[in-house]
Amino acid sequence: MNGFVENYLIPGAIIVGQSLLVLVLLLVFIAYVLLADRKIWAAVQMRRGPNVVGAFGLFQSFADLLKFMLKEPIIPSGSNKGIFLMAPLVTVTLALAGWAVIPFNAGWVIANINVGVLYLLAISSLGVYGVIMGGWASNSKYPFLSSLRAAAQMVSYEVSIGFVIVTVLLCVGSLNLSDIVLSQQTGLGTKLGLPGSFLDWYWLALLPMFVIFFISALAETNRPPFDLAEAESELVAGFMSEYGSTPYMMFMLGEYASICLMCAMTTILFLGGWLPPVDIAPFNWVPGIVWFVLKGSMVFFMFSMVKAFVPRYRYDQLMRLGWKVFLPISLGMVVLVAAVLQTMGWAP
Amino acid sequence: MRLDQTAKSIFLTEFVSAFFLAMRYFFEPKKTLNYPFEKGALSPRFRGEHALRRYPNGEERCIACKLCEAICPAQAITIEAGPRRNDGTRRTTRYDIDMVKCIYCGFCQEACPVDAIVEGPNFEFATETREELYYDKEKLLANGDRWEREIAQNISMDAPYR
Repeated sequence: MNGFVENYLIPGAIIVGQSLLVLVLLLVFIAYVLLADRKIWAAVQMRRGPNVVGAFGLFQSFADLLKFMLKEPIIPSGSNKGIFLMAPLVTVTLALAGWAVIPFNAGWVIANINVGVLYLLAISSLGVYGVIMGGWASNSKYPFLSSLRAAAQMVSYEVSIGFVIVTVLLCVGSLNLSDIVLSQQTGLGTKLGLPGSFLDWYWLALLPMFVIFFISALAETNRPPFDLAEAESELVAGFMSEYGSTPYMMFMLGEYASICLMCAMTTILFLGGWLPPVDIAPFNWVPGIVWFVLKGSMVFFMFSMVKAFVPRYRYDQLMRLGWKVFLPISLGMVVLVAAVLQTMGWAP
Repeated sequence: MRLDQTAKSIFLTEFVSAFFLAMRYFFEPKKTLNYPFEKGALSPRFRGEHALRRYPNGEERCIACKLCEAICPAQAITIEAGPRRNDGTRRTTRYDIDMVKCIYCGFCQEACPVDAIVEGPNFEFATETREELYYDKEKLLANGDRWEREIAQNISMDAPYR
């Protein structure tokens, strides 16, 4: 028992505390992300959106939370009860687990592991299980069809996301997310002799990859225009049709947590994480976390706007885009980027 | 033509222009009426909650002719007439409207020869139980007393067209 307290108990307690802090802040942030999503969508359609609960509807998400929790949970009699109830738990747990490796600021990360990107990729791939389990356990036609669609869609876009990440990794030379951010301190801009700025981040150097990653992230999180899994005009609510009350809320929570995770990933891989947009006096006084949240929110704003102005893809169009457009382009870019890095001697 | 379209889809031109279009609408003034706090205008012919009116001297208008009961397509009205009184007129002893059955067609007020049963301008009479929507004579007369000013004005505004 020698050194047990110092070696295990205290570090364990610190990690638990950090996780709780991140979780609580994240959940509050997600509540407002949900509200922002509805407000942005409403604004584009010249509606007001929720504006009654609290000033400007600021407490709307909490009112919804209460409403969902107070409702009666209904479990269909033909469903597989265990899996039916486990599916939302799996979704929400996996979506929240990804945040363990996200660096919010220099050194502000719960688990600073050297395979952070692989971990994120694995976690987001596992997300499909929540959908499949939910759709299958409901023992109902539409949820099942929708979960099949969702599974195929998520697997397809995982491939191009994987290759996009590989191009970034080629430029960085590390799978550690903090290293990815730090490597964006120098880049195109500094090569031209400018001070560190937003021109150094990978969105410019790898512009086509940035666009592909953004669109694949939409597909990966089942967001419109790729929300075929819950296309309400065809499949009622998709794999969530049979869900209500708290399990439904958990699905929604998981969905938005994974959307936020994708926004954070976009920020880290392409938008320089916590780095200030221009590395000169007034900007680099601001704490990095502010820039991180601002950039993430900006990406989310685009997520939200896309929902408002792009019509839903047909299923075959979705598959064509994933396999016949994004996969060849991203594969080609991997080769191109590798060749350029090697010939120019920029490879890390 | 093919090349043109390919170039368009590669550079996401439609996506970008849709984004700017959406941003223009984003900052446009909202078209929504902020409902419980602001309300839209109602036509004088608006058919809302029913009311039984009285004459200015407090006498009930309804003479138990049962024309409304006869014309009601949803058969939502039930009337029982009392015995003829000393002045030779009749009054109802029971006047029920099942507001759940009612389709708000306004035939009852069209049929009424004395403008007794009318559909007033009130449309905010949601209840928590079904039973509260089975209106009896007392409730209808109370509605009449409450909405008399608005109802009278609506009738006078609509009179030139009748």
